[in-house]
Amino acid sequence: MSVPLEAYLALSALLFVLGTTGVLVRRNALVVFMSIELMLNAVNLTFVAFARQRLAIEGQLAVFFVVVVAAVEVVVGLAILIAIFRTRDTVDIDDVDLLRG
Amino acid sequence: MVLEVIVALPLAGWLINGLAGGRLPRGVVGAIGCGTVGAACAASVMAAGDPAVAGGGLTATLFTWLSAGEFTVSAGLFMDRLSALMALVVTGVGFLIHVYSIGYMADDPAYARYFAYLNLFVASMLLLVLGGNLLVLFVGWELVGLCSYLLIGFWFDRERAASSGRKAFIVNRIGDAGFLLGILLLATTAGNLQFDRLAAASGGMAPGLLTAATLLLFAGATGKSAQLPLYVWLPDAMEGPTPVSALIHAATMVTAGVYMIARLHPLFLHAGYTLSVVAAVGAVTAFFAATVALVEWDLKRVLAYSTISQLGYMFLAMGVVMMPAGMFHLTTHAFFKALLFLAAGSVMHAMRGVVDMRRLGGLAGPMRWTAAGFAVGGLALAGVPPFAGFFSKDLILEGAFEWAQRGGAMLVWIAGLATAFVTAVYVTRAMMLTFAGPAADPGHPHEAPAVMGLPMAVLAALSFGGGLLGARVAGEPLLRYLEPFFVDSAIGVLKDRPMPAAGVITALPVAVSLAGILAGFALYRDRREVTLGALGRFLSHQWYIETLYDAVIVTPAKRLAHLLADVVETRGIDGAVNGVGALVGRAGLAVRGLQTGFVRNYAAAILAGTILMLGYWLFK
Repeated sequence: MSVPLEAYLALSALLFVLGTTGVLVRRNALVVFMSIELMLNAVNLTFVAFARQRLAIEGQLAVFFVVVVAAVEVVVGLAILIAIFRTRDTVDIDDVDLLRG
Repeated sequence: MVLEVIVALPLAGWLINGLAGGRLPRGVVGAIGCGTVGAACAASVMAAGDPAVAGGGLTATLFTWLSAGEFTVSAGLFMDRLSALMALVVTGVGFLIHVYSIGYMADDPAYARYFAYLNLFVASMLLLVLGGNLLVLFVGWELVGLCSYLLIGFWFDRERAASSGRKAFIVNRIGDAGFLLGILLLATTAGNLQFDRLAAASGGMAPGLLTAATLLLFAGATGKSAQLPLYVWLPDAMEGPTPVSALIHAATMVTAGVYMIARLHPLFLHAGYTLSVVAAVGAVTAFFAATVALVEWDLKRVLAYSTISQLGYMFLAMGVVMMPAGMFHLTTHAFFKALLFLAAGSVMHAMRGVVDMRRLGGLAGPMRWTAAGFAVGGLALAGVPPFAGFFSKDLILEGAFEWAQRGGAMLVWIAGLATAFVTAVYVTRAMMLTFAGPAADPGHPHEAPAVMGLPMAVLAALSFGGGLLGARVAGEPLLRYLEPFFVDSAIGVLKDRPMPAAGVITALPVAVSLAGILAGFALYRDRREVTLGALGRFLSHQWYIETLYDAVIVTPAKRLAHLLADVVETRGIDGAVNGVGALVGRAGLAVRGLQTGFVRNYAAAILAGTILMLGYWLFK
């Protein structure tokens, strides 16, 4: 017995919306990062689901790329975050608005 | 080889005096300035003695300048009989004036600069007369114009000198534009700028093209040689040092136009219409300038208008195909006009720069040598036998008469004759006002030093005896020398002219000149001021020609400039630039609110955009 594709897609959409909401409403930069990871992995889930349904390997390959890039992005992002914390003593992204017009 | 040396010597003088002259003692600067020109003169004599000069001409090719397919121009020098005469006049008279300058400029702080410019001028003028083709001639032509500008504005801290230099430069540009167009027209039609090739090709050229090309070349000549309508710069050129006026603006540079026509006479002979224009312009200019000289108060400007008038005679000679006579007059004029200018300079030297003849007078006593020199020059200018000017002017008038008999306009001859009369009057007037009567200015005029007196003495001797070069009694050596060069010109007419008719025609100008001198004595004895009424006003405004130029050209040009500067520039161009800037600035102000600085707003915008794009793709 197998889980139908729709279930994967529904879960993925749910996770993506959760992530998006987190990015838009949370003020803590760490939580925003975690929300971004959530969005990335929601997409990963759709990739694998489609790959399995179509019996093709490309979707799974894309997932590996996304995982690697996400890891790199987290490294760079956290480095920036630490730099901000050191200079401004906060990780609240609403306090970082130097570029306001 | 010797040709290169002739040009290189004054050029070396220019380099030395120009680069190091400020650190050299004045004696050395003067010696370099005069020595190089004197050596160039000696080299010219040597070169002129070369049998090749009397034959086909001495050539020296330096390198190929331009090469485009069939069309090639080489940078080369060339000396034939005509160039030899010009080189001798330029270096000979030039040397005398350089020597004179040692005394005249002795107290000037810019002594080395003066000699550097003067040497550069001599080198440029030699390049002009020794140029192997029309393009090299043009290079010399432009360089002498540059030197003229530099020397007119030599005392550039005087506003009038600086603006006169600019005026000379700009007016010459107008003529030179025509000259350059003429050269280009010849280059495209004849495919060559070599003088002998041009002469050979002139017979086969379309008459219309040839007329256009020669008229354009003549336009250049009216600028350089100060003929109507471009004469306006020469009277103002008198702001320069007087020896410069003698050398550049009387003896040599201004005769370049005459030389150019003589050099290209095969072309002009095939363009009959151009020749008529040349004769007419020469005759009108000669008469016009002589009448203006009659009312000028500035001694140097009298001589300047006299130069314009005498150049008119030379062009008249060219136009009536009496070209050897034109070259002969060029030579004698170089002698006596240089002498007159040097004498005027001697007066200025003695009177601390006064040239207004109303403030001069009674100088015959304290400056008798200068007065004698001026008298010799004046008699030569008036055309009194046996002074040099008589023979050359007479030959020109004779040519004009012959021309009229061959179908030309008699008016040209009449204008020449009238000019001879007016010339005699104004030169007498200048003589009386400057040297006769009681001293108008209580100063202590002193005779010029020997270094100034000797060149004047030599020029006086040449002004007295120079006529023998073309006098019939002496066998007309100069005319015979030039004869092979002008073989297809009017010299044939010269040879078999009937003596009795020539006798009357010769006597008439002499009578007219003597009458002019007598009239001058009668009018200006006791240094009276003769106002001549309305005619005098007309003359003293130079026939209102400059007024006309001001009204027709200068004022509209200035108005246009103001329009462009105050309206088009400030409102049009500046307005457009500032408007674009303001537009961008306002637009920036309007949209700066979008840049909140909050990351989440940007993320929301990205999300909204993504949703919109997805929606578009889904529902399109």
